[in-house]
Amino acid sequence: MSVLSVRDLEVTYSTKGGDVPAVRGVSFDIGKGEVLGLAGESGCGKSTIAGAILRLHAAQTKIGGAITLDGEDVLGLSPGKLRATRWTGASIVFQGALHTLNPVQKVGDQIVEAITVHHMAADKEAYVRAGALLEQVGLPPRRIDDYPHELSGGQKQRVMIAMALACSPSLIIADEPTTALDVMVQAQVLKLLRSLQNDLGLAMLFITHDLSVLVEVSDRLAIMYAGKIVEEGAATEVFHTPVHPYTKALAAAFPQIGDPRFRRHPSGLGGDPPDPQHIPSGCPFHPRCAEVTDVCPEIDPQLWEAGAGRRAACVHAVGAPAFEASQP
Amino acid sequence: MIDPAEVGGVPQIGPPVVEVDDLEVNFKGRVGFIAGLMGRKGYDAKAVDGVSLTLHEGEVLALAGESGCGKTTTARAIMGLIVPEKGTIRFKGKVLPRAVGALRPYRRQVQMVFQDPTASLNPRQTIYEIVAEGLRIHNVNEGPNGEGEEQLVAQALSRAGLRPPERFYLLYPHELSGGQRQRVVIAGALVLDPSVIVADEPVSNLDASVRGEILALLMKFLEELRISILIVTHDLGLAWTVADRVAVMYLGRVVEIGPAEEVLQRPKHPYTKALLNVVPKAGGTERPILQGEPPDPTRIPAGCRFHPRCPVVATGRAERLGILGRCTGEDLALDQIAPGHDVACYLTELGEEP
Amino acid sequence: MKTETIPPVTDLPPPLPPKKVSPSRIRWLRRRRALTRFWAQFRTNKMGLAGLVILLFFIGMAIFSVFANPDRLDPTITTNGPVLAGPSWAYPLGTDRDGISVLSLVVEGSRTSLFVGLTASLISMVLGSAVGIWSGYRGAFSDVVLMRVTDAFLVIPWLALAIVLAAVFGQNLWVIIFIIGLTSWAGTSRLVRAQVLSVKERTYIERSRALGGSDWHVVSRHVLPNVMPVIFANTILTIAIAILSESALSFLGLGDPLHVTWGTIIEDAFSHGALSLDKPLWLLAPSACIVLVVLGFTMVGFAMDEIVNPRIRER
Repeated sequence: MSVLSVRDLEVTYSTKGGDVPAVRGVSFDIGKGEVLGLAGESGCGKSTIAGAILRLHAAQTKIGGAITLDGEDVLGLSPGKLRATRWTGASIVFQGALHTLNPVQKVGDQIVEAITVHHMAADKEAYVRAGALLEQVGLPPRRIDDYPHELSGGQKQRVMIAMALACSPSLIIADEPTTALDVMVQAQVLKLLRSLQNDLGLAMLFITHDLSVLVEVSDRLAIMYAGKIVEEGAATEVFHTPVHPYTKALAAAFPQIGDPRFRRHPSGLGGDPPDPQHIPSGCPFHPRCAEVTDVCPEIDPQLWEAGAGRRAACVHAVGAPAFEASQP
Repeated sequence: MIDPAEVGGVPQIGPPVVEVDDLEVNFKGRVGFIAGLMGRKGYDAKAVDGVSLTLHEGEVLALAGESGCGKTTTARAIMGLIVPEKGTIRFKGKVLPRAVGALRPYRRQVQMVFQDPTASLNPRQTIYEIVAEGLRIHNVNEGPNGEGEEQLVAQALSRAGLRPPERFYLLYPHELSGGQRQRVVIAGALVLDPSVIVADEPVSNLDASVRGEILALLMKFLEELRISILIVTHDLGLAWTVADRVAVMYLGRVVEIGPAEEVLQRPKHPYTKALLNVVPKAGGTERPILQGEPPDPTRIPAGCRFHPRCPVVATGRAERLGILGRCTGEDLALDQIAPGHDVACYLTELGEEP
Repeated sequence: MKTETIPPVTDLPPPLPPKKVSPSRIRWLRRRRALTRFWAQFRTNKMGLAGLVILLFFIGMAIFSVFANPDRLDPTITTNGPVLAGPSWAYPLGTDRDGISVLSLVVEGSRTSLFVGLTASLISMVLGSAVGIWSGYRGAFSDVVLMRVTDAFLVIPWLALAIVLAAVFGQNLWVIIFIIGLTSWAGTSRLVRAQVLSVKERTYIERSRALGGSDWHVVSRHVLPNVMPVIFANTILTIAIAILSESALSFLGLGDPLHVTWGTIIEDAFSHGALSLDKPLWLLAPSACIVLVVLGFTMVGFAMDEIVNPRIRER
């Protein structure tokens, strides 16, 4: 049974300028001990999904579809049960360096807050547990008395991870956890996440725009564009043999050093990721697609078979139905 | 002086355009008032501590390293935005003056593209005014072929890929996307017909799929307009894509500099090797990673400044090779190991690989 | 290379006509566009609109008092009517102890009150902005020195200073304006300095310097336009305070006896026992005007603050 099961998720923000459909029908599963990488650029909806799983969005946000966490229907939970599920069922590691730690509270107090709010331990025990958590993420336990400004970027990220582990969740959602970090520290944090995930048998949803990081860390990979998943499959396969033209373009933006194809040959897409309020008709990628056909502006692509364990929402997928060209 | 024919087999590289010699930039340490009264002194941060490099006509030089290594400060010093403690910067043979007023003609020739395209544009100015600003500062009323201001602006916008240019004149920055904003910054730099563009992380704030286009644009200028480019980046993949030569910096010094194919595939300095190791690639996280954080420029280690984190020292290999004493005690400078390829490491004397 | 797709912006101006496109025309079009946008936003702000209506009413009153001068409304023509009369058709707000219509007094007073308010706050704005920009942009020594001067002025008890200056220079309208300006510029200066400090660090300032811009160019082209909205919103509020200050000074008897302002009317009324004589209109009319005008300026000022707030404007 999967730890997290998402079916036809739709998230629409209500703003002064109208409704913004950030997520338009996304489905995926994450099994125990599995890492699913979710990649995409600005406006694709990936961070919205992270918030939706724990129902962190504002009340006016419309959420449709089904989210099942550990067998429980998250969207149907009462407020009391929802609060109990947050952090114990699934927790989030945010882009830590910035503003996610309270600057006027000691780091240890913040971890303890997570523990005591869920009545997992009383005060003294909670501090002991906090110290143990810090050790688990590679920091000396005495750091529980430090304030956030006394820690470096990488150390703050480790504290975020320790907080996420505090209530032994079954799922960790990592939302751009290494984006603001230096390459060396990023590598350290990724190694830590992977080893923790392995040792504790956690399921992980790793969200980032950096495809190369995902390939390293994930088992499976899902690429998002304009609120939908456009390709999914095993991580290395999706990266090295992409089917969807968007995945091809995205993969080309992360060149492998030593590969002569990339040398002096930057490739990218024209145009920009679409504004969620003005999504092009038909296949949302068609205005920027290098392999666009006549039918693309009119059809609504679904995730069709594109190989073993692979699906892609593109007419070029092998499992796509044959479309009649609209004009002969 | 690098023989163009020997530089990675790219023959169209010309004579030196910007020459940096022994550059030093310090940031003063601060102490609180009371602490100062008590005689405590702040430590100066030696952001750039003796950097020499050369940018040739028609080449792309990548300045790479982690944050705090001094690459951005070096770029700013080359732009004349920071006054160095010591060292000289020569542009086409002439030494750069210190006074801001005297720097003006230089500024026409050397332009900068910044990391954050949104922050680089004044939100109250229209695109036309942003691009025309350079022309107005330098009182350029006429182009080389008699074009008026409007024509020059239109040309710059077109060259930067914003077509038709007229549709952009009255738009404000917040009405454009990230990629378009960066193109506006580039157009603003192009309009003055510079010889050198200094780009500080020009694409890291942009969406991944858009980066390639901006990089392709910069490379086009290289070919068509013979502009030399100095790119500051932490991304070695980017250096692989666009750079002719790569200079790797650590704690205020250049530790390795050479043709991109050499430095990125056969690194001779342990730090370069470590940086290349952490570029993510498929296949998992099992590879040697340096411990610790980028070091503090106010406390520079004795001897080779990389020795506290150097894997060669940590694994005892330095001791076995008999160089440990020098690694921890003697400071060293760049040494040429092959034409066009310099490294600052004691291993090279022994002919060892990191 | 594919051409850029332009995002669908609904209020995109039409493409410029193929004939002469000059920088000044662009500047004019930009200003016009900026103004229309500002108005479109302001129009939706109910508080701002209400305030604006109030202000327009009183400004109209002030202009009227300048141009329309029939005998009936000229306060210097004395002994018109019954002394201390109640409201009637001929004298809608009653009369004062000299028989002058209170209505005409109030109308006449609006002109001077608004004039004092506007001029004093103009002085305060110019002085405060200059000091704020200079100390914020220059930093270091200038900043330290100027900020200590500003602190000094912030601390001075303005009333005591006013009394002293009035005693020394006499009771003159310009002395009043000067006093009010002198005691209120410090607040503006602090505000402007804070804004300049935050603007100074922005990348477009650095870009302008990288392009070769001199200090003057950077300040006038980039710092000032981005600081201007804050200055403007603050000035609107300062006008309200200036009018209140003037009334207070006049009420204390330091006003200019040759000019009629709402403050002097109140002073007159109060000292001649309007309350005890049960002729409240004489006192209430000018007071109501002051309250309404201050309210009007405050509402407009707050509305502008909302619009000008960079978190809303810059996406």
